[in-house]
Amino acid sequence: MFANAPLWPERASTIAGNVDALYIFLLVVTGMMCLLIFTCILVFAARFRARPGHEAEQNEGSIPLEITWSAIPFVVFMFIFVWGAVIFFKERTPPRGSMEVYTVAKQWMWKFEHVEGQREINELHVPVGRDVKMIMTSQDVIHSFYVPAFRIKQDVVPGRYATAWFHATKAGTYHLFCAEYCGTMHSGMVGDVVVMEPAQYEAWLGGGTATGSLVTTGQGMFQSLGCPTCHRFDTQGRGPNLTGVFGKPVLLEDGRTVVADENYIRESILVPSAKVVSGFKPIMPTFQGLVTEEQMNALVAYVKSLSQPQSGGAAGTPNLKPPTSQQSTENPR
Amino acid sequence: MHDSPITAEHNPALRHHFSDMAQQKNAASLGMWLFLVTEIMFFGGMFCAYLIYRLAFFNDFSAASRSLDIRLGATNTAVLIGSSLTVVLAVNAAQSGNRKRLVTYLLATIFLGCVFLGIKAVEYKQKFDEHHVPGPTFDFEGEKGAAEERPVVQGHAQLFFVLYFLMTGMHAIHMIIGVGLFSVLTLLAWKGHYTSSYYTPIENSGLYWHFVDIIWIYLFPLLYLINRHH
Amino acid sequence: MATVAYPSPERQNYLNQEYGIKSWLLTTDHKRIALLYLLSITFFFFIGGFFALLIRLELLTPAGDLVQADTYNKLFTMHGLVMVFFFLIPVVPAVLGNFLVPIMIGTKDLAFPRINLLSWYLYIAAGALMMHCMLTGGVDTGWTFYAPFSTAFTNTKIVEAGLAAFIAGFSSIFTGLNFIVTIHRMRAPGMTWTRMPLFIWAHYATSIIQVLGTPVIAITIVLVAAERLLHLGIFDPKLGGDPLLFQHLFWFYSHPAVYIMILPSMGVVSEIIPCFARKRIFGYTFVALSSVAIAVFGFLVWAHHMFVAGMSVYAALIFSMLSYLVAVPSAIKVFNWTATLYKGSISYTTPMLYAFGFLGLFTMGGLTGLFLAALGIDVHVTDTYFVVAHFHYIMVGGVLMGYLGGMHFWWPKISGRMYPEGWGRLAALIVFIGFNLTFFPQFILGYMGMPRRYWQYPPEFQVLNVLSTAGSTVLAVGYLLPMVYFLWSMRYGKIAEDNPWAAAGLEWMTTSPPPTYNFEETPVVDFEAYDYENIKAKEAPVAR
Repeated sequence: MFANAPLWPERASTIAGNVDALYIFLLVVTGMMCLLIFTCILVFAARFRARPGHEAEQNEGSIPLEITWSAIPFVVFMFIFVWGAVIFFKERTPPRGSMEVYTVAKQWMWKFEHVEGQREINELHVPVGRDVKMIMTSQDVIHSFYVPAFRIKQDVVPGRYATAWFHATKAGTYHLFCAEYCGTMHSGMVGDVVVMEPAQYEAWLGGGTATGSLVTTGQGMFQSLGCPTCHRFDTQGRGPNLTGVFGKPVLLEDGRTVVADENYIRESILVPSAKVVSGFKPIMPTFQGLVTEEQMNALVAYVKSLSQPQSGGAAGTPNLKPPTSQQSTENPR
Repeated sequence: MHDSPITAEHNPALRHHFSDMAQQKNAASLGMWLFLVTEIMFFGGMFCAYLIYRLAFFNDFSAASRSLDIRLGATNTAVLIGSSLTVVLAVNAAQSGNRKRLVTYLLATIFLGCVFLGIKAVEYKQKFDEHHVPGPTFDFEGEKGAAEERPVVQGHAQLFFVLYFLMTGMHAIHMIIGVGLFSVLTLLAWKGHYTSSYYTPIENSGLYWHFVDIIWIYLFPLLYLINRHH
Repeated sequence: MATVAYPSPERQNYLNQEYGIKSWLLTTDHKRIALLYLLSITFFFFIGGFFALLIRLELLTPAGDLVQADTYNKLFTMHGLVMVFFFLIPVVPAVLGNFLVPIMIGTKDLAFPRINLLSWYLYIAAGALMMHCMLTGGVDTGWTFYAPFSTAFTNTKIVEAGLAAFIAGFSSIFTGLNFIVTIHRMRAPGMTWTRMPLFIWAHYATSIIQVLGTPVIAITIVLVAAERLLHLGIFDPKLGGDPLLFQHLFWFYSHPAVYIMILPSMGVVSEIIPCFARKRIFGYTFVALSSVAIAVFGFLVWAHHMFVAGMSVYAALIFSMLSYLVAVPSAIKVFNWTATLYKGSISYTTPMLYAFGFLGLFTMGGLTGLFLAALGIDVHVTDTYFVVAHFHYIMVGGVLMGYLGGMHFWWPKISGRMYPEGWGRLAALIVFIGFNLTFFPQFILGYMGMPRRYWQYPPEFQVLNVLSTAGSTVLAVGYLLPMVYFLWSMRYGKIAEDNPWAAAGLEWMTTSPPPTYNFEETPVVDFEAYDYENIKAKEAPVAR
């Protein structure tokens, strides 16, 4: 289950191979550098050891040599930089259509919520062969989501969403560690990522949940918090119609344009006057302290679902029509 | 054994690890400049935090800034610039060896410094009364008569005041140190310690005072003048 | 050059000029202050080392069974705080730098001797405060005290520890300030910048960092203390504050801080290698300018500690590239030191053994920095033991080896005695072996995924941890030995000549130990640095 190669963990994600390739390249290059320098040192130390009759030969320096041994390392370094940057870019760009898992980190456990509603603590079930995007926040201090077998790590910061993604390639159980010191049981904030074959994963999902999908939960919260009072699904609302908002640019009344991502939704709920949509008044009350992180995740998932195409979005996302009968064909913006 | 030049007379203020007064003066001067560089870096951290939060929360910072008393702030700016003038005049007096004028201008500097601190105290009291001191009692009401005004985010306004108190507070601490320094200088000057051939401490303390003045000249517009014309 | 007279211990020097505790505690002699620092810094080194041993003992087994989790967290925090602020940052400048900078440039003392003494008292005050803090509960945030854990969640004594670090910072700033003014204004007649020893260049570059960087950690500590004490919200997300702002402010100093640590040791190595290869250093100008380049570039790379913290991809790209740039001057130095050995006449004295050790270990540590600067790799290895191994290779394999090499090299000058050469070489070997055994396994542990600051860990990591702990016990022996024989030598060591190594440099042209004012007459410099062409080596450079 946890069989490790002596020098590195199992490779269980698509990016792991890329990371290891650069690692091995670096091992070879730095190994050669070490060998070269150590050989020089040892050979010089032996060959030019002090003995009677042998004087040192003064040698001030050599500009060509200096330039050579500055330029060559520089070029090699830039090559490594580019290679590392390319991998990083991939790591930081979750593919479209990724399956999403909401994560709330807290001292000292990982709480996962699948959009279908399944909740897990310290254990994360995912299917093999799918892109999985973690949407993570912390309830308290900074944590860090680290799965060595996937070669991914992302700090989870309170007050905002951080994302990480992976594409598991091998079924199995892999370590999950918290990698940012977070207090007493930092070393106990560990768990497993259980990668299952798709069929088994569906079976696990179908194991049922009493609470319903995340989006349904979110819809319920949306209603119970009174959001539709202003956020009507037509143009009459005191607040913007949220259909189709997520993922698109939003024009604010101070002239800026921002993209409505998870952090935007979150901020709009907690600090509404920070970004006011153009054409609307800053009258939305704040919900700081009134929603937990899990509830926030549900709300965000719900608002995201309002941008999904009607005929079934990502697997597990239910089709949801806006609750009121006044359908608008237009968007206020 | 130290080798002083045989010919030159030994200025009583010469410290013996230096070879002559010129070297000593240059060293002291460079030392003070370097110290001021460290002070720039010290304040710099707070200026950096200010920059970031002001960019992020411009509207809330503007509203908070407008609640500061600009007349008191401007008066204080004039007071400090005036005190830098008296410092320059003190250095000039020292250069000419005029003890009485030196003491007078040093005292004037101290006086103006205390005026500054007094006005600052009045401002702080004002902020205390208006519940603008960060912490559990903080309550920023936004501006009166602002019909179209967006509600100010308490947390962001509080950040402004955190920076306001930290930056002006740190500045005030440096002023107090400056006043203390100048008090010592005044005493020594009155005793005739400084002559036209040795007045380095006056010069270097003057540098320090000018620096504290310059910090204020940055603080004033950054804290008091955000979007005043609004 | 001064003639070499066989010294008699009764001749007046800075050690026997005055006796009594007051003459030490109120001294303004840079050499005595250096010794005051030597005593206090050594004390803190062993405190920090003691914490390290306890950490390694706990990590012998996967379970947390030696101390409680909270205690363990305090152990690694205090280990880091003590080692960083009370050992690594001050050690070479305050001990070797204080002693040697004025002598090497041919002057009587530093520019501000009283401020020098103040620096030491600030260090002592800071150290006392830190000891008190540790003895009454300590702190558990890690030495990096990230917000919001340090500002709003921990119950430990952050403000006290922060105040101690703040005061220690001022000690560091004043030392740096003193060195810059001294080097600029007090060089002996004829000593141009290009005739200065590289030790001076290294300390000059270090001092620039100390002066520019330390105030930023000072203000960061003030902000953290203010937030904690007054419940403000500078870093608190609930109030709109940004936890990442803390990290930027913290690392803006703490990255250049590592160059404060390594540059002086590089300066030491630049003195030792020419002496024991009997050659002027290869590429003097390049080595000198590299020190300055490291100091400057070192300020531009801080966010490579934050690649996974939540910065934008573009910021990460910039900092990664700059981090590769800062590696170039260090590489240049390693090549120049190696080239200095070529066609030299090399003797394997204890200082030279430490210099060899430095070359090997600093190279390895520096090369592993290339791994960390690569964004794709860093995502996997940051916050793991890979980083721990990397920085220990530089700090222990680099800074400490350089320091020990320097202590052995200049011990005759400082104390007027020779240390026992056989024991010196043995200790150097033990340190080298113990060091590699302790820290090499940690590279592997890190890539395998073991995070840092873990009190307990999965069982598959145990073997490497046991190796590491075994190494640390060997390392401890290696460090204790010099303590013992240096003390022994002060009473029973062979009396040292003025220039036992036939080394170049103004410090070797005065007596061992030097008189209080360093020179009988102000030297006039009409020769280049490392003038080994004209200095005859000793027949037998080292006597046992």
